[in-house]
Amino acid sequence: MTIDYAGEVLQGSPRAVARVISWLENENERARPCMGRLYPHTGRAYVVGITGSPGTGKSTLTDKLTRYIRAKGLTVGIIAVDPSSPFTGGAVLGDRIRMSEIAQDPGVFIRSMATRGFLGGLSQSTGKVVNVLDASGKDVIIIETVGVGQDEVEIMRIADTTCLVLAPGLGDAIQSMKAGVMEIADIYVINKSDRQGADQLFVEVSHRVNQDDLIRAKSRDRSWIPLVVQAAAVNDVGVTDILDAVLSHQSHLKKDGTFVEKRRERTQQQTLQMIHYEIFSLLRKHLSESGKMEQLVDAIMNHEQDPYSIVQQVLSEWIRVPEG
Amino acid sequence: MADKKIKIIVAKPGLDGHDRGAKLLSRIFAEAGMEVVYTGLRQTPEMIVEAALQEDADVVGLSSLSGVHNHFFPKVMELLKEKKLDDVLVVGGGIIPEEDIPGLKDVGISEIFGPGTPTPTIVDYITKNVRS
Repeated sequence: MTIDYAGEVLQGSPRAVARVISWLENENERARPCMGRLYPHTGRAYVVGITGSPGTGKSTLTDKLTRYIRAKGLTVGIIAVDPSSPFTGGAVLGDRIRMSEIAQDPGVFIRSMATRGFLGGLSQSTGKVVNVLDASGKDVIIIETVGVGQDEVEIMRIADTTCLVLAPGLGDAIQSMKAGVMEIADIYVINKSDRQGADQLFVEVSHRVNQDDLIRAKSRDRSWIPLVVQAAAVNDVGVTDILDAVLSHQSHLKKDGTFVEKRRERTQQQTLQMIHYEIFSLLRKHLSESGKMEQLVDAIMNHEQDPYSIVQQVLSEWIRVPEG
Repeated sequence: MADKKIKIIVAKPGLDGHDRGAKLLSRIFAEAGMEVVYTGLRQTPEMIVEAALQEDADVVGLSSLSGVHNHFFPKVMELLKEKKLDDVLVVGGGIIPEEDIPGLKDVGISEIFGPGTPTPTIVDYITKNVRS
C-alpha cells in the first residue's frame, strides 16, 4: 500500500513529516513532487531564528520559549542545526537533550539536522524543511543554529525574527561585536543573566545598538531598533520578555510592509540558491563522472591551461543562455 | 541523490547517572560518519520512541548500567511497534548479564554489546544491518 506522504503531511502526521524531511536531506527524488503539492500550503508559519555561540543556552531557551508559545495555543516546529565534521561527515546532534520533555507534546515537532558541509550555519535543506513544517500546520517554527564569526548569517535569510543569544563569561562579548553575526539580530538576548558580567554585557550591547542607530547608513533599514533583553532561561526568567520582544518585532514588520518585503527577499534567495545548487550539482556530476575534471586539473597543474580560461570553456560547453 | 547518512539515537532509559560510555559511543558513531542524536540521561521509553519517530532514525542504541534493561528495553520495542517503526534497528549495551540476552533478542533487540566490546565491532554491525 503506497503512502500518500504529501496528504499525510497536510494532515499533520509526524511520521510523514519526518520521512519527507529525510528525503529533503538526502536529496531523494521523491521529495520534489511532494514539495510541489505542499508548497501552496506554506506561508502561514512565523519563523524565529535563535543563533549564537555554543554554550550560550540556545537549546534551553528554545525549550522554554516553546512552552510559552504552546500555552498560547499555537503549535511549534523546531529545527536544531549542528555542524557536521568536515573530516568524517558525521555529527553529534546534541540540542534535543534539552528539549526531550516538550518533544512529547503532540503540538511540538523537533528535528535535529547536520549542516553536511553547507556553510552559513544552516544545512542546504533547512529552508525546505521549514516549508514542510509550515505545510503540516505548525504556527511557529524555531530554527536553532550555531552562529559565530562573520559568515554564519544564513539564518537571517530564512527567519522573520532573528534572536542572537549572548552570555557573559564566554570571552566572546567584545570580539563578537564585529560585522556579520552581530549585525543580523532583531533581538539580542543576554542569557545567563544570573552570572557575573551579565549587567556589563547588557550595557555594552545596548550601547552598541544605540550607536548602530546613529551610524547606520540611510540606505539600510533603520525602522527597527533591536531590542536587548536579559534572561536566565534555565530558571525561566525573562523568557516572556523575549517572547514579547518577538511579538513586538512581528507587529512592527506587519505594520509597515516590511514583512512582505522580507518574505519576498527570502523567496528570491531560496529560489536562487536552489537553482544554483542544482546547476552546480549537475555540472559537477558530469565533469567528475566523465573524467573531464581530472583532465582539466592536470592541464592546470602542468600550466598548459589556466583556471580562468577553463571556466569559460566549461561554461560555453554547458551553459546556453536562451534568447529573448 | 546525496550520500545517505545513518541516523542513530543513543538513549539511556531509566535512572542511570553515568553516561560517559554513551557519550563516547556517540562520538565514535559520529567519527564513523553517522549523525547521532544523543538524547541524554533519564529518558522514558516514550521520549526515546518519539525521538526515533521525529528524527526518522535508522537505529536506536539503548544503554543501561543499572539493571533496568529487562523492563525498559522491551517497553521501547513495544512502543516502536505501536508507532509502526518496524524497520528501525535496535541494539543495546551496558551492564547486561548473558542470561538476559536471549530474552531481549526475543522481543526484537538485534544485538547486545557488553562492556569491552571493541567499538569497531559495534560500528560494523550497525553498518551491515541497518535498513537501506
